[in-house]
Amino acid sequence: MSPRRRPAVTAGTGTAGTGTAGTQAAHHADLLRQMLLVRRFEERCVELYSAGEIHGFVHLYIGEEAVAVGVNQALTPDDAIVSTYREHGHALVRGIPLDAVMAEMYGRTTGCSGGRGGSMHLFDAKTRFYGGNAIVGGGLPLAVGVALADKMRGESRVTACFFGDGAVAEGEFHECLNLSALWQLPVLFCCENNMYAMGTALDRAQAQTDLAMRAASYGMPAWAVDGMDVLAVEQAARHAAGAIRGGGGPHFLELRTYRFRAHSMYDPDRYRDKAEVAQWRQHDPIDALTARMREAGELTDEALAAIDAGLAAALAGAVESARAAPLEPVANLTRFVYSPRQS
Amino acid sequence: MSSSEPGKTSYREAMREALREALRADERVFLMGEDVGRYGGCFAVSLGLLEEFGPERIRDTPLSESAFVGAGIGAALGGMRPIVEIMTVNFSLLALDQIMNNAATLLHMSGGQFSVPLVIRMTTGAGRQVAAQHSHSLEGWYAHIPGLRIVAPATLEDARGMLATALADPDPVLIFEHGSLYNMTGELALDAGAVDIDAAAIRRPGTDVTLISYGGTLGTALDAAGELAGKHISAEVIDLRTLRPLDDETILGSVRRTHRAVIVDEGWRSGSLAAEVSARIMEQAFYDLDAPVERVCSAEVPVPYPRHLEEAALPQVPGIVAAAQRAVG
Repeated sequence: MSPRRRPAVTAGTGTAGTGTAGTQAAHHADLLRQMLLVRRFEERCVELYSAGEIHGFVHLYIGEEAVAVGVNQALTPDDAIVSTYREHGHALVRGIPLDAVMAEMYGRTTGCSGGRGGSMHLFDAKTRFYGGNAIVGGGLPLAVGVALADKMRGESRVTACFFGDGAVAEGEFHECLNLSALWQLPVLFCCENNMYAMGTALDRAQAQTDLAMRAASYGMPAWAVDGMDVLAVEQAARHAAGAIRGGGGPHFLELRTYRFRAHSMYDPDRYRDKAEVAQWRQHDPIDALTARMREAGELTDEALAAIDAGLAAALAGAVESARAAPLEPVANLTRFVYSPRQS
Repeated sequence: MSSSEPGKTSYREAMREALREALRADERVFLMGEDVGRYGGCFAVSLGLLEEFGPERIRDTPLSESAFVGAGIGAALGGMRPIVEIMTVNFSLLALDQIMNNAATLLHMSGGQFSVPLVIRMTTGAGRQVAAQHSHSLEGWYAHIPGLRIVAPATLEDARGMLATALADPDPVLIFEHGSLYNMTGELALDAGAVDIDAAAIRRPGTDVTLISYGGTLGTALDAAGELAGKHISAEVIDLRTLRPLDDETILGSVRRTHRAVIVDEGWRSGSLAAEVSARIMEQAFYDLDAPVERVCSAEVPVPYPRHLEEAALPQVPGIVAAAQRAVG
C-alpha cells in the first residue's frame, strides 16, 4: 500500500537558497544540522523515557522536522510562536537552549518552564515562544491575540501558529481563521497535516480533506506544501511571512507531513498500516536533504559525522546537566498561581 | 455621565464611567466583545464609547466567544490591557477552554514567565424572565479555579471602582455583573475611583446573625436584615465582593461575634460557593457557632420562564428571614 497521498504540491516564490554555491551549501548544512538536532533530541528522549528518567506524555515529531526548521527560517527574533504539545522541534529550532529543553523534560528548575510544564508545555519569553498548548486548537486564539497586540502597537511582527490536522475539526480553528482574516492580523497559520488526529485518519474525520482550500474560504491566501521537503517549506514560509509583514493579513500553509512514530509514548499504533509508515519513511526529510546535498557535492561523510558528533556531545551534556539540576522544593508548590502582589 | 443631577448615577453609568476612565488613562486598554460598539453593549454599558474611542479600541467581535476571549489572553501576553465583555455567563461556557486552560494556567505552566493581565466582564444571574439559558449564576464555578480572581460588584462604588483595580492586577480578573443591578441608582461621590478587590465589606452591622451574600442577592439580604430588625433580630450583612480569593478574616470575624451564619447565594446549592463558605466556617469557627450554618440558594432547577416559578427558584426575603430565625432559635 502506498501512502494515500504523496505530498507533491509546492508553492511560493521566495528566493531562499539562492546566492553563491558556498553560501547555499552552508545554508543547507545549517538546515540539516537543525533537523538532526530535533531528531537526535527526540531519539534520546525515547531512550530516557524507556529508562524511566522522563515521564508523562511525550509526543514525538520524528518525520516532521522539515516543517519546524523550514518555517523558522522565515521568522525573525521579534516574531512569536504559538505551538502545540508536539513542540520539541519548534522550541529547539527557535533557539530555546537545548539544556533548558532537556531540563524541562526532567522537570527541573533549570527547565525552560521552570520544570512545571514538561514535554507538552515548553515556554520561553526571551524568544517569544508562547508555549506548547495541549488542548487541540487552543493555541489558535492566543496567536490571534498576540498578533492583535502587535498590530495595535504598530509592530511589524509575525506570529507563527502551529497546529495539526486534528485542530481543523475544532470550532476554535474556524473562529480564529475568520477573526484573523476579518481584522487582517499578522498570523502565519502552519497546519502540520500528518494525516492523523491521534488515531483517526483525516478522511475518517473530515468530509473535505483539502485543508488549504478550507482555509482559503475564510478569505486568506492558503496553499499546500510538501512538508517533507525543508527547502519547499522554507520557500513557502518566506513568501507568506513576507506578505504578512507587508500588511497582507493572515496566511495559511498546509504542510503535508507524516509522523514516523506513534502519537505518544503510550500509543500502540494499531490504526496505521505498517507498510504505510514504511512508505513514508522513504521520504524522510533528513535523508532527502542529505541526498540532495551529496548530489550537489555539498556534504561529505566527514562533515555529516562531525555534525552528529557535535550533537551527541551537546545532548550528553544536556542530559548530564539536567540530571544534576535541582528540583523545585515542595514548599514552592503554589508559586506562580498568582503573580507576586505589590503591597 | 448622562445623569443630569450631580452625584446621582446608575450602576450601568458607573460601569461606563469606569470604562471611559480606563480607556483614557492607558492606551493599552481596549474593549472587545459582541455588540460592544455600534449597538452600545447588550446592556448599554458601553453606549457612546465607540464614538469617543473609535473602532480600534471598542471592537465589535463575531459571535466567537472562544476566539475573542483567547485573543484577549493573547493580546494581554502581547503587552496590551484588554477588557473582554461576554454577554452572559451562560455564553462564557463557549470560552471556558480559554479561561480555564490558558488564562488561569499560563503563568504557572510557564514557570512564571507569562502573566495574563486580562479583565473579563460578564453578566450573571436571573430575575428578568429570560429563562434557562440566560439566567444562571455560575461565578461559583469560576471561583473554583486557581489562577483567577473573581469579583462581583454589588454597589455603585464597586461598579465604579473595581475595574481600575482589576486592570492593574497582573493576573486575569473576572467581573460578574448581576443583570438586575444595571438600573440600580443612587448617590455616588463625584470623585469616586478605584477600590480594593481584596476584602469583603460589612454593609450593615448587627449582633445576632451574619447574612453572607454578594452581587445580585446583596440587596435581598439587606431587605431581609431590615425585616429581621422588625422582629428584634439584629442581622449583620456581609458583601463578599471578591469570590476568589475569599476574605476569610471578615467572614470569620463576623461569625465569631454573632455566632450564627446564613449564606445567601444565587448559585445552585449543591457544590456552591455557599458550600465553600459554609465549610470554611465549620473548619475555622465551629466552636463559635450557636447553630448550624444555614444556606439560602437557588432551587436545583434550570431557571424557568414564568415569573412565579422564577421567583420561587431564587433566594427571596422570606426564605432568608426564616433561615435567620431558625439560626437564632
